[in-house]
Amino acid sequence: MGGVLSIRRDLVDAMVSHARRDHPDEACGVIAGPAGTDRPERFVAMMNAERSPTFYRFDSLEQLTVWREMDAADEDPVVIYHSHTATEAYPSRTDISYASEPGVHYVLVSTRDPESHELRSYRIVDGEVTEEPVEVVERYMFTHTGADDVPDAR
Amino acid sequence: MAVTVSVPTILRTHTGGEKSVEASGANLAELIEDLDSRHSGLKGRLVTDGSLHRFVNVYVNDEDVRFAGGLEAAVKDGDNVTILPAVAGGAR
Repeated sequence: MGGVLSIRRDLVDAMVSHARRDHPDEACGVIAGPAGTDRPERFVAMMNAERSPTFYRFDSLEQLTVWREMDAADEDPVVIYHSHTATEAYPSRTDISYASEPGVHYVLVSTRDPESHELRSYRIVDGEVTEEPVEVVERYMFTHTGADDVPDAR
Repeated sequence: MAVTVSVPTILRTHTGGEKSVEASGANLAELIEDLDSRHSGLKGRLVTDGSLHRFVNVYVNDEDVRFAGGLEAAVKDGDNVTILPAVAGGAR
């Protein structure tokens, strides 16, 4: 893995506005991308089954539906995001204990400051947290370019 | 015929990379015992102290077994069992 989350601005905006909308409860969701590309593309806001300011859990049936959609579309969960509404955007012990996908970018959005949000990304592997830079782009280009995007590719 | 079990990426180390395996049993507990006999170590990833691990979701067909008896949930030939990692956390 490259140790950086490269993500389109509209997807960042979608995470932040979801977090603001559900504040003071925690918001959560997933951004799917084509399998093996590490490129977040399809934004899916999930219900927080806990509806809590200090805990989140994907609704299990909604998760089953969304995971099946990803499987059928040959997608992976590339980003799993949630918000902290009174604390910093850093994984809590609970976050770390549940983090089971070594290939996923775990994004945290803090909405504790009403004026400005904090958005950070992490890898969490075997309980070890590594922060990575977030590179916000207008669109994806050059790297990870699929054959469909390149007119001359054969 | 048997029960088809969908295995998430994180557990495929136990199934030699297979995303779908077969097993049998009358309920989920028996099914997991049978799974573990073929794919060693799976049980430990699913069950702790006699109940389902809170870090996994297990579905029989489209039903979350947490609401259908947990390890006592009945299964029968032709059913689909899906295992997913639970996605949860929070500031607390």
